[in-house]
Amino acid sequence: MDIDALLRDFGELTVTGLAQGAIYALFALGYTLVYGVLRLINFAHSEVFMVGTFAAVLTWRAFGLDQNSPVPPAAEAAGYLLVALVVAMLAAGLTALVVERVAYRPLRRRNAPVLAFLITAIGASVVLSEAAGVLTRRQVQPTPSLVRSTTVVQFGSTRVTTLQIVLVATALVMMAGLDLFVHRTRLGRGIRAVAQNPEVATLMGVNRDRVIRLVFLLGGLMAGVAALLYDLKIGNPKYNVGFDLGVKAFAAAVLGGIGNLRGALLGGLLLGVVENYGAALFGSNYINAVAFVVLVLALMFRPTGLLGESLGRARA
Amino acid sequence: MKWAVAAVCVALAYLLPALRLPALTTPEPDWATLLFVVAVYVLLALGLNVVVGFAGLLDLGYVGFFAVGAYSVALLTSPNSGVPAGWPWLAALPVAIVVTMLSGVLLGWPTLRLRGDYLAIVTLGFAEIIRVVASDPTSVFKGDRGISDIPHPAPFLRHADGTPVFGVTDARPYYWLTLTLVIVVVFAARNLDRSRVGRSWVAIREDEDAAEAMGVPTFRFKLWAFAIGAAVGGLSGSLYAGTQGFINSASFELLFSILILAGVVMGGSGNLPGAILGGVLIAYLPERLRGIRAPAWLGGQDLFEWRYLMFGLVIILIMLFRPQGVIPSRRRALELKDRDG
Amino acid sequence: MKRRLIRVLGGVLLTTVLASGAACGGGNSTGGGSDKCGLKLAFAGALTGSAANLGIHVRNGIKLAVDQYNAKHADCTVELKEVDTEGSPDKAPGLARQLVTDRKLIGIVGPLFSGESEAADPIFNEAGITVITASATRTSLSTKGWKVFHRAVANDDAQGPAAGNYIKTVLHPDKVFVVDDGSAYGAGLADAVKSVLGGLVTGTDKVAADGKQTDFSATVTKVKSSGATVLFYGGYYQNAGLLRRQLTEARWTGTLVGGDGVNDAGYVKAAGAAAAAGTILSCPCVPATQAKGTFVADYRAKYNEDPGLYGDVAFDATNIFLNGIDAGNTTNAKMLEYVNSVNYTGVANTYTFTDTGELDPSLIILWMFKVDHNGTVVPDQAAPRT
Repeated sequence: MDIDALLRDFGELTVTGLAQGAIYALFALGYTLVYGVLRLINFAHSEVFMVGTFAAVLTWRAFGLDQNSPVPPAAEAAGYLLVALVVAMLAAGLTALVVERVAYRPLRRRNAPVLAFLITAIGASVVLSEAAGVLTRRQVQPTPSLVRSTTVVQFGSTRVTTLQIVLVATALVMMAGLDLFVHRTRLGRGIRAVAQNPEVATLMGVNRDRVIRLVFLLGGLMAGVAALLYDLKIGNPKYNVGFDLGVKAFAAAVLGGIGNLRGALLGGLLLGVVENYGAALFGSNYINAVAFVVLVLALMFRPTGLLGESLGRARA
Repeated sequence: MKWAVAAVCVALAYLLPALRLPALTTPEPDWATLLFVVAVYVLLALGLNVVVGFAGLLDLGYVGFFAVGAYSVALLTSPNSGVPAGWPWLAALPVAIVVTMLSGVLLGWPTLRLRGDYLAIVTLGFAEIIRVVASDPTSVFKGDRGISDIPHPAPFLRHADGTPVFGVTDARPYYWLTLTLVIVVVFAARNLDRSRVGRSWVAIREDEDAAEAMGVPTFRFKLWAFAIGAAVGGLSGSLYAGTQGFINSASFELLFSILILAGVVMGGSGNLPGAILGGVLIAYLPERLRGIRAPAWLGGQDLFEWRYLMFGLVIILIMLFRPQGVIPSRRRALELKDRDG
Repeated sequence: MKRRLIRVLGGVLLTTVLASGAACGGGNSTGGGSDKCGLKLAFAGALTGSAANLGIHVRNGIKLAVDQYNAKHADCTVELKEVDTEGSPDKAPGLARQLVTDRKLIGIVGPLFSGESEAADPIFNEAGITVITASATRTSLSTKGWKVFHRAVANDDAQGPAAGNYIKTVLHPDKVFVVDDGSAYGAGLADAVKSVLGGLVTGTDKVAADGKQTDFSATVTKVKSSGATVLFYGGYYQNAGLLRRQLTEARWTGTLVGGDGVNDAGYVKAAGAAAAAGTILSCPCVPATQAKGTFVADYRAKYNEDPGLYGDVAFDATNIFLNGIDAGNTTNAKMLEYVNSVNYTGVANTYTFTDTGELDPSLIILWMFKVDHNGTVVPDQAAPRT
């Protein structure tokens, strides 16, 4: 256990951890929304993310950018980013809706048991990732660099770059927007109603199917944003990029409190930071294990999460 | 009557290595190795069927038990492992099974109180933790480098010319050994299913709260299901290690757990012929796909690359249209169909 | 009625079994006699997966040799079997077992990677089939007592120190950081480099295997704070590319040095030309484009691209086998004897094997390559001797 590494680099590890955590947070929003409303772990959400990453990279490729292109000037880069963001969000949202329509809705009509939903979810996840794998021959998709890494502020040896600020700020803004939507709008009220009690909500005139579609769409849009940020930070998406990140994002959602939007944000940022500390202590090859251990511990000892569940229950 | 049919099927199964119908055999691997692989997958499907099919617990980390069994054997038998034991395979086998059972109990104890979907993801997490730890080359599991020189079963059994029966090039003895174990497990599972334990599992599956109210100790029986499933998984892992002579962390991918689950669901969860059929399908079909090329506009790759995609599609289709699987158990068919009201 | 049906079916099945049991003799065909024709060579390695490029280059080299031979011996050809192990040690044994049942198989060029060699070579050894690997560099492979094992390139005991010495003598860093991916090859190479560099190594880290990890920020942080100006990476090109890209983004200006597993265009693709420029790569090989004779032109004509890493060595290894076949060594025992005592000059090197199967030390070539600012891997210099 390398405690010196942790103490020496504490600041830098925290900052980079927050940046990575921002991606987890946005990704986790999709899981937490769907789970809060449907009590379903949407395994296919990780592939919704993957589609977003590919959509962004393909958009940039359409503009003639590839991994060897020089970093464009800020204004031009902003343009590329915006277009890719819209495309990624749309692609991810669309994928989420398709999955809901094809895999989940027929089961819902039949009142199928939970096991059936989970198995179908896994099937959908495998179909999407394997289809992408076959089409891309399991090769990594090279990505252009669009953001020149410049230091914005420096605390001692810890640097904070523009990219990191963009990541965290976007997560906060998106979260705030989603929170506003869920708590202040009529559609949002419908979501909360269905999450609390689907039958009564229908009695009260809420269209359950429409709410569910909306929830999947919102989760997909958020995943699209996360996908773009991932492409900016790491890039080179592969057909199975969704899997590891997906489990981590789910861990983040559980950590913060499943069904709780702010919990997803907190859980995501916290997981990103804890992961980095773990990597410093034990070696980067254990980085995936950290997330799983956090998940297992959280579920065993505090299944309601840090901020508690606001939309559902944990224990059987 | 049923016994006669069963006896014929069993005899046929033992004779399979001699049977080389061109329609059945595959370009690679060789027929006997393929049969061995099929038998191992059937064993795994039977084990997972106890957990998912009988007790209704969604376990997404079944490969973890396979790994525990394989590594237990490897550590105890190989002269290369960090553990100075060097036992023969047959001696290590029961120890490996017990260790795996214990790991099943250890996994189940804190997690079986969780609701179904959480249980699924915790089991997944557990299997991945095992894999990450095993991937560390500085650990006793030696990571990707793996543990080699695992002895084969029963080196004292020899042919007339002195070469060992369980050698390196001929997979038939391994197949027959695994087949025998499959038959043993089938009998054991069948007896369990018809016993008090089996009936409790049905009750737990259908409505856990009601079962609890009727005095069924649900937690204990769920733990039993986990332990038994783990034991069978560990047995398969031990067989695999003894046959390959070498294991490493790459053998225990998550997709493997999902593949076994697909087999159980496809074949028909909750019943033995279904689990056997499922195991056969997931082991045999991908090999059958080798050598067939997809059309050029779809990439022109060998269809073997498409195997997981196809299985994923099959899972979805089965759950949508025939959730009870190809060979339905009548009980399950009733459970999984429309539940109105 | 149903019972009758079952009985009938059972009877039909039983009859079929007995009939086919009688018809097909079961067991393998005898043969492998002194006939030169219809013999087979095999390639075992990754043709798909994250390191597929390396396998494809080698396979192409082998195929070129076989096709050229068959063109000259149209009436008595040799067949090439390609087995895709995905570079994975757990898939290799099953496929190896299948290969050895073929009595016409007389030689194997491969396996491609060290991990799968460890897993599959015992099977080849037991079956007595001669193996020449053009790329598996883990040193311990020749210490296992496999009489069929031969290696046509230098092992990591040579490559590691060469990379280490290059770092010491040419780059002169004060501090070096070493990272490996825990694979049989990567960890072995990193350990060799560490022992040469000794106290210069200020920090080490391990990462997960290719595809299992994409975020290397913890490693990047450690590298930066260690003050190292050189990073040695033991592993394959996909991870190396991602790591290099993230290092550049974190404004680390040092040099990345890698082994032959990183020596692929896939590295530049993942990192981008700007980040990859300046990377140093070691290889127990000469650049394939410097191969003698018409190899390069022939390769380009057939495959429309330049030969890649070890393609030329694989070409030579295949020709060793083909010469052996042509000279009448058509049984496994005779081929083994032939290869054990061969002295062959090919397009990439001259080959003689020691009694453990290693390439004669005086014939070892080691080169250092550099990635230029266009993202092309160009030869830099011959590796400094110890």
